[in-house]
Amino acid sequence: MNRLLLNKIILILSTLSAVIGIGFLFWILATLSYKGITSIHWSTFTNDLVEGGIRNLLVGQFVMALIATVVAVPVGMMAGIYLREYGHGSTLASIIRNLSDVMMSAPSIVIGVFVYALLVDPFGSYNGWAGSVALAIMMIPIIISTTDNMLALVPTELREAGMALGGSKHKIILQVVIRAAKVGITTGVLLSFARIIGETAPLLFTSANNQFFTMDLTGQFPSLTVSIYNLATYPDSASRELAWAASFILTAIVLCINLMGRFLIRNKK
Amino acid sequence: MKQENLVMELKNFSFTYANAPKPSLKSINLPIEANKITAMIGPSGCGKSTLLRSMNRIHDLYPGNSYEGEINLYHADGTKQNILELKKENDFIKLRQEVGMIFQKPTPFPMSIFDNVAYGLRLSGIKNKTELQGRVETALKGAAIWEETKDRLNESALGMSGGQQQRLCIARAVALKPRVLLFDEPTSALDPISTGAIEELISEIKSEVSVVIVTHNMQQASRLSDYTAFMYLGDLAEFDKTEKIFLNPTQKLTEDYITGRFG
Amino acid sequence: MGGKLFRNFSFFSATLSFFLLVGIFAILFHYAQESLHTFGFDFLWTEDWEPGEDDEGGIFGGYIPILGTLLSTIIAMLLATPLAMGIAIFLTEIASERIAKPVSIAIELLAAIPSIIYGMWGLFYFAPIVQSLFGGNGVGLLTAGIVLAIMIVPFMAAITRDSMNTTPSVLKESAYAMGATKFEVIKDVVMPYSKGGIIGSIILALGRALGETMAVAFLIGSVMSTVKHITDPTTSIPVLLANNFAEAEDLEMSSMYFLALVLFVVSFIIISTAKFYFLGKKVK
Repeated sequence: MNRLLLNKIILILSTLSAVIGIGFLFWILATLSYKGITSIHWSTFTNDLVEGGIRNLLVGQFVMALIATVVAVPVGMMAGIYLREYGHGSTLASIIRNLSDVMMSAPSIVIGVFVYALLVDPFGSYNGWAGSVALAIMMIPIIISTTDNMLALVPTELREAGMALGGSKHKIILQVVIRAAKVGITTGVLLSFARIIGETAPLLFTSANNQFFTMDLTGQFPSLTVSIYNLATYPDSASRELAWAASFILTAIVLCINLMGRFLIRNKK
Repeated sequence: MKQENLVMELKNFSFTYANAPKPSLKSINLPIEANKITAMIGPSGCGKSTLLRSMNRIHDLYPGNSYEGEINLYHADGTKQNILELKKENDFIKLRQEVGMIFQKPTPFPMSIFDNVAYGLRLSGIKNKTELQGRVETALKGAAIWEETKDRLNESALGMSGGQQQRLCIARAVALKPRVLLFDEPTSALDPISTGAIEELISEIKSEVSVVIVTHNMQQASRLSDYTAFMYLGDLAEFDKTEKIFLNPTQKLTEDYITGRFG
Repeated sequence: MGGKLFRNFSFFSATLSFFLLVGIFAILFHYAQESLHTFGFDFLWTEDWEPGEDDEGGIFGGYIPILGTLLSTIIAMLLATPLAMGIAIFLTEIASERIAKPVSIAIELLAAIPSIIYGMWGLFYFAPIVQSLFGGNGVGLLTAGIVLAIMIVPFMAAITRDSMNTTPSVLKESAYAMGATKFEVIKDVVMPYSKGGIIGSIILALGRALGETMAVAFLIGSVMSTVKHITDPTTSIPVLLANNFAEAEDLEMSSMYFLALVLFVVSFIIISTAKFYFLGKKVK
């Protein structure tokens, strides 16, 4: 009798945990949507921050995330290819893999400090390049891990079949193996893009922020996330409102990209 | 067997896997006659797949293995080459264009049917569209799936059934017009009907290509092959014409295996 | 040939992680020198944080932010771990396929929400609740700890779920076949089998919580003062850096680098320890 009771209790508690978890999700999304939607006006999208909108912020955040992606994806994929296709099994590869995983969980604020020392301090001003680099540094380990894991899922026979046809190793990797892992890798890129576009800490003292619309990456660069942080702490309600609008839009973008990535991987199964 | 009739020949060939204490194959002497089907049979672990995979040096994808002896390939112009001496990547590429391999699991590439068959051709440098189309068609006909695929050449190969995929892999290998085709248990993952179709295909192919087939299905070996090699624990226990092996084997070991006393 | 170039480039890309890690450590260490030399390791338990006259000199000590980091993380872990375990158990052993799928996705969406959003929501919706329940200001150690917990639960739950899913069904079936209850199967078969992964996920979540900046920045109060009551405002290393790094100069900035170095090294050690527990089990 005791056993069954204990069993029931644990199962109820576990289910309760799940309910609480889902509850928080809904609570957060509900309040975010309510506050966000009521704060969005047409001008939110057409004005820049200086005029109470977030147009330049959206563009700025996207631009930096895009640059980060353009840098991180080739580098990360090549590193992942090395780990899985060339260095497979070697101690060096294991060490690199572990280091890369550590970088994945490293505090993002520290990355911000690092990039500040390298790309802001010597030049005397915050700049968008520094922000992009900071985001790239955060993205690279994720891409490495995704590529490594997705390539591992490709059956060995496929590689052997390619080689048996007389292909050279690098051609087989590019034309057969990567193609076979294409969906998984693309999903990984999408999910990591969604992750870095929502980052704030690495941008605080690299790109900082800019009220005006600009595409000049050599100076302070508009950032959606940094703006939210600033706006939320201003006392006036207009800033607060804008912070909610920006938060809602940011969350919507991030969740959409996330769902897109999951949809992609479910479709290809 | 007369040397003029050979396409490959193994002489005192031994093979040891990386970090293995003992060789997996010991002093194998095996002639492969041209335009014939040579089957390799034997219980699990006897080394038949290891032997097959040595013949296109696919083992070399994994470092640390060691060989002894010779594996000679007789080219179309009559020259003889010991493929165990090859070291450069370019030489391996050329070898594998002459000695192709079909695997146990069908391995269609994630591309269209056409691109799959054309893959090896493109690797060897053929770019001309008309030539590619011609050779792909020939290959697909040679693998007996032209009728089934001619209207969907641009569709993904992944949409085909297992048996069709395996025949696609055969077409892909045949497109390169190799001298030898190595089959590693090609039908063990397929249903009986697909198996029958592939066996028919292999019988027809031998007029163009010499076949070496590893199989654990003895009926298949006796149906298809001209010569049979019986392997046991890394040794070549017996090698002879197929009728002799199956009807009147010399070694007791062979007889026990054939009659199912072990295996 | 093309092959050699390709291989070399891939090797070089792979070593980038190593160089980045070394680079970060080197830069932090380099800029922390001034502070290190001035204060030595006493820095770690000095409570003062006073810039000197005209921004020259001053006394800086990392005790308060370090303590704040530790305490907020501990509170978060105490709250998050049982919740995450419960969710993982629910997903792997209780829920049917039809329910587990959407709940799993919901958990992963929670993990995808940017931390600044947790900060916003926490500040305007959660802090008042904490204030009415526990007194104080609303912003303080407790609120930060609770919201931090909410943030790391999805992450921990997902990894624990993946670890538990590696348990072979045959193992579970043989336990059920002997009449064990669900809880007993979980306790005696699944948990021991996925022990490494579960411990690893806890440690990894701890590492993440330590370095979390934005959610905590909104909620911890950002004041350099010690905590006497659990609802008191204080600060943490990431928060101090986030708010004050940019304007700091000379010795103060060097002290910030010192703190960043401490945070980086501690995170590195903790995350490496976590990886050790994942060894052998191919979880994710």
